[in-house]
Amino acid sequence: MAPLVPNMISPEFDFVIAFLMGIGFGFMLEQAGFSSTRKLVGLFYGYDFTVLKVFFTAGVTAMVGVLLFGHLGWLNLEAIYINPMFIDSAIIGGLIMGAGFIMGGFCPGTSLCALAVGRIDAFFFVIGSVIGILGFTEFYPAFEEMYVAGNMGSPTINSVLGMSPEAFGILLTVIAVAAFVGTNWIQKKFYHNTEKLTHDLKRNYIIASVVPVVLILLIWITPSKNEMLWSSVEERYTNADYHFETMDVDKLAFELMYHAYDYTVIDVSDKDTLKEEIPTAIHIKYSEMDKPQYYQTLVQHYKRIIFVSNDSELSKKAAILAEERGGKSPIVYLGTVSDFRAEIFAATPAPDKTQKSDWDLWRFRQDASAKLKAIEARLRKMQAPPEMVVKKAKGGCA
Amino acid sequence: MTPKAYMNPYFAGFLLGCVLLTTIYLTGRGLGASGGVKSVVLYGVEQLAPEHYNNTTYYVNYKAGNPDHSPLNSWLFYEVIGVLVGAFFSGVLSNRVALKLEKGPSVTNRTRLIFAVIGGALFGFGSQLGRGCTSGSALSGMAVMSFGGIVTMLAIFGGAYMLAWFFRKLWLK
Repeated sequence: MAPLVPNMISPEFDFVIAFLMGIGFGFMLEQAGFSSTRKLVGLFYGYDFTVLKVFFTAGVTAMVGVLLFGHLGWLNLEAIYINPMFIDSAIIGGLIMGAGFIMGGFCPGTSLCALAVGRIDAFFFVIGSVIGILGFTEFYPAFEEMYVAGNMGSPTINSVLGMSPEAFGILLTVIAVAAFVGTNWIQKKFYHNTEKLTHDLKRNYIIASVVPVVLILLIWITPSKNEMLWSSVEERYTNADYHFETMDVDKLAFELMYHAYDYTVIDVSDKDTLKEEIPTAIHIKYSEMDKPQYYQTLVQHYKRIIFVSNDSELSKKAAILAEERGGKSPIVYLGTVSDFRAEIFAATPAPDKTQKSDWDLWRFRQDASAKLKAIEARLRKMQAPPEMVVKKAKGGCA
Repeated sequence: MTPKAYMNPYFAGFLLGCVLLTTIYLTGRGLGASGGVKSVVLYGVEQLAPEHYNNTTYYVNYKAGNPDHSPLNSWLFYEVIGVLVGAFFSGVLSNRVALKLEKGPSVTNRTRLIFAVIGGALFGFGSQLGRGCTSGSALSGMAVMSFGGIVTMLAIFGGAYMLAWFFRKLWLK
């Protein structure tokens, strides 16, 4: 599951991606006309709205893509970088940047593009931005208070407006299309330099405006990959559409005594802390089993997983879920954790030797109790789930 | 050779959005620009005035956050190198590479360059204060629906519109 850095692509190779993505970014900015200062500034005097069109289209495209990828389970939206919000510095810094835009005729990205195609004014703008950045870093203590004031964390705009991401996506798309229509009208009315809107072009524009809205609506109404996962687990459970190898107390104890390394025991109780544990068991809450960080634990090729909990219904559902995610032949322990501890570790008096089976069972459990206690002590430090940290990516310009 | 026409703005925007989406998919972060320039600034200070670098609050904080890394060892630095290469490619393909100066019709070259430096300085400063410029904060912020990014975007464009009237002589006839 993406983002692929750092778990699938190493942080070193990340720089190669940075270079390649930079090429794409610079190429597209230049092709769009952002290396021309007159074209950029046209936005503020109403004679050229290219910036608005490119900028909004790019933003909406990427936003719809992010929503779609998240919906399909390709991209872990919890792991991507959301710019932090420091309200004072965001507004003051933004206004200063606006002043820089209208005076200098570029923004940092576009000035670099213009520099690359040989614009002398862009070179001076870049020199200026070096001076500006240096001014900030040199005199940082003077601005520190403003810089860190009004910390609001990293909120998303939809949460601030109290709407779903999909609703905001549609809103932004509608605003963008309205802005395109409005600015075209302004250009036609005041500058008479609007592009000729041929029949084909008109049709393409209408399609291009409708497609993102339809996509977001589909994202909105269809269940996400995780929702589908949970509902298919429930469905298979109610229809008894599963067949798992099961274990009882003694079988589980036997396997743990002699083949502990062949299994991963997962306690799926939906509690924050466990009062009692089965030796070697790790704890993953059933309700969190869909989280990407547990994928590698649930889908293992060299170990079989035994699901345990204090509720055999939960253990069975967990096994179904693991299978749905791609785990092979999970095992369900049918008893409860309390049963296991009571029957194996309780010091029951020896039965009389008239019944051989009783006597054997008692001896086995005495043996199991000793061995499992030893294992428990030895593995105490290995009980935490393997660390698979989903790192939050860094981003932004600062 | 005459320069070729620019790409249809909506199509260019769509492709730009795809580049941004790919970046987010691969790395979990968006694009940027001013941060790459900052890396160069930090590197310059570190090389030219190492003692000063080790005694000034901002650099000390930066170094504490990125121990045993050169300031150039940053994602945005490599991305910005890519931006220069990509823009140059595009310029060559469309016959737009030329050493020239672009300005409004009624200002001298000197005025244009002075204001380019001032504008650059303001933008550079503002991008540090506002934690990102039009690329890293506004564009990438919009893609991930970041409130901070969108507020910064509105402030940048709002600020430019508010001041546009005062600087009209720079750009209009």
